[in-house]
Amino acid sequence: MAEAILSVENLHAKVEEQEILHGVDLTVPAGETHVIMGPNGAGKSTLGSCIMGDPRYEKTSGKVLFCGEDITNDSTDKIAQKGMFLSFQNPVEVPGITLSNFIRSALERKEGRHIRVWDFKKQLEATMELLSMEPSYAERDLNVGFSGGEKKKAEILQLLMLKPSLAILDETDSGLDVDAVRTVSKGIEEYKRTVGGALLIITHSTRILDELDVDRTHVLVAGKITAEGDRSIIDEINADGFEKYL
Amino acid sequence: MAEKTIVEDIDRSLYDFRYDEDDAYKVDEGLTSAIVRQISEEKNDPEWMRDFRLASLEKYNQIPIPDWGPSIMGLNMNNIVTYVRPNTDRMHAKWDEVPDDIKNTFERLGIPQAERESLAGVGAQYDSELVYHNVKDEVAAQGVIYTDLESALHSEHADMIREHFMKLVPPTDHKFAALHGAVWSGGSFVYVPPGVSVEIPLQSYFRLNAPGAGQFEHTLIIVDKGAYLHFIEGCSAPKYNVANLHAGCVELFVGEDATLRYSTIENWSKNMYNLNTKRARVEKGGRVEWISGSFGSHVSYLYPMSILAGEGARAEFTSVTFAGAGQNLDTGTKVVHAAKNTSSYINTRSISKSGGISTFRSAVVVGENASGSKSAVSCESLMIDDISRSDTVPAMDIRTADCDVGHEAKIGRISDDTVFYLMSRGMSEEDARALIVSGFADNVGKELPLEYAVEMNNLIRLEMKGSIG
Repeated sequence: MAEAILSVENLHAKVEEQEILHGVDLTVPAGETHVIMGPNGAGKSTLGSCIMGDPRYEKTSGKVLFCGEDITNDSTDKIAQKGMFLSFQNPVEVPGITLSNFIRSALERKEGRHIRVWDFKKQLEATMELLSMEPSYAERDLNVGFSGGEKKKAEILQLLMLKPSLAILDETDSGLDVDAVRTVSKGIEEYKRTVGGALLIITHSTRILDELDVDRTHVLVAGKITAEGDRSIIDEINADGFEKYL
Repeated sequence: MAEKTIVEDIDRSLYDFRYDEDDAYKVDEGLTSAIVRQISEEKNDPEWMRDFRLASLEKYNQIPIPDWGPSIMGLNMNNIVTYVRPNTDRMHAKWDEVPDDIKNTFERLGIPQAERESLAGVGAQYDSELVYHNVKDEVAAQGVIYTDLESALHSEHADMIREHFMKLVPPTDHKFAALHGAVWSGGSFVYVPPGVSVEIPLQSYFRLNAPGAGQFEHTLIIVDKGAYLHFIEGCSAPKYNVANLHAGCVELFVGEDATLRYSTIENWSKNMYNLNTKRARVEKGGRVEWISGSFGSHVSYLYPMSILAGEGARAEFTSVTFAGAGQNLDTGTKVVHAAKNTSSYINTRSISKSGGISTFRSAVVVGENASGSKSAVSCESLMIDDISRSDTVPAMDIRTADCDVGHEAKIGRISDDTVFYLMSRGMSEEDARALIVSGFADNVGKELPLEYAVEMNNLIRLEMKGSIG
């Protein structure tokens, strides 16, 4: 097994005095694809946000290690600069900066150097084409007026452009039609193929997993990992639901 | 682990610089008829203007200080030197001839840059006198007059000025309009002949430099039938402890089917009392577009007014106001619909931070004779922290049933979701907040020429700097 890129050790986290994560343990080796499944309200999105350093959640005990480094108390921007990416379930609309300029400035921050507009545009256009995105979206304000599907594609576009070593995808398939799910899956495969980074896919359905090679599945119920296993768990949950893990 | 927002004075050092006074001439502090006569004589006013000044002074002495809005008790007219003339005794047509210290000040404000980028003409004001004035040949060749108001009073345009000067904003309007009528000094005069479209914006830059000096520039713009003009006014002043007063006046006459866009970015230093009066009269089918960004001053009273005098006339007002620590900015607009089928669109954003107070005040009047008119008012406020304040005071006076008038107001805070989202792509919290505020002010930003939009975003960044603990 490859070295762990992400280790979550006995993580407890609360929001407004209410504990949501009751001691989560999770290890993702570099380059592997892991899935977190669980019923609504189990704390799946909280886990993703906590790993990414969302200041609204207070980590009361436990640790998060990224590439062997303790990032438990790091700010979100520092964690992102170290190579972690979180794709949002509901990407927010940000007027005042275009999608293209936003990605370019993020890339420049990550790489610490100026990126030539021409080279960047070429790469951006090619990536947008892969995701069947209308080129005009590049010059629109970030997510403003995008449909649900376009917002999700814009997230995958950022994933492909920023090339993180770990991507957490939070409910990326929710609210998408069959074609959009296929396009997003294609983007994720492209990320695996060209970047080779690790994936932590948070989902309560399984559609997005149909075309992906999954290395390990974790079942999160009521703020704890209650089961782990290979891909077969996904098929079981598909057939029988979460009942046996509750 | 939650990030805290703390109150901290912003770093205005970029804008708060000055050079030592080197004035050729300065009147005694305090305002008397002897001083007004002295100013008039020094300016070689025509007789009517001298009488106008003296009559205005009388009004000034009669009219009480406004008893509504932010306090201006910090202002003591007896301490204000009303007239300061920099050490340059005539107009300069060429940049090379402008004295070095004045040039340095302008250079730090980016004037030569703007000049290089071929904006039409620069009428930059240093203290109370225009020191640099230049109209590009191509604009003059179109018959456009762009000059300082004082020399225009002695030119063939004198009658046109007498016909319009303080007719829209009479000295009886309020105390500071009367003061302006008495001591006005400097400012621009623009006339665009019928059918002429001025392709490049004309701009003027105002600036205060002497401690305790008031600034009373007058801007008079006449856009004749079917003509088009974009005029840009921007200002920035160094910081002093002595209270400073700005009581300028802007009068805009927009002819039939003509369009005038009037853009302003104001960045007075934080001891300034900005009591500016701006008004436009729009004839049949004409259109006025106000773009306004207010960032500076200690106290502002600023409500550009549009009088829609002719059928189908239209006013658009787009503004952003940013009130930081120690600032009380009372801004808004007034529209009078005085003819059929007139329309007004008001879109404002106000931001308050570090205890700043921002008040939006609007008045929409639809007269009995204004049937078929439309007005839409939208104001949004953003409060950056818990100690700042934002108020909305919309007034409507509707005298016909046959009109369509709407108002919407929103007050919000910076969303934690958005900050987290931006930070998750590696942006610092400070940059994320600045970006959100710039985006909020984008209604104005996207209406400005690029260099001004960049300057405005830099100002916002500067204002947001140091707000993260």
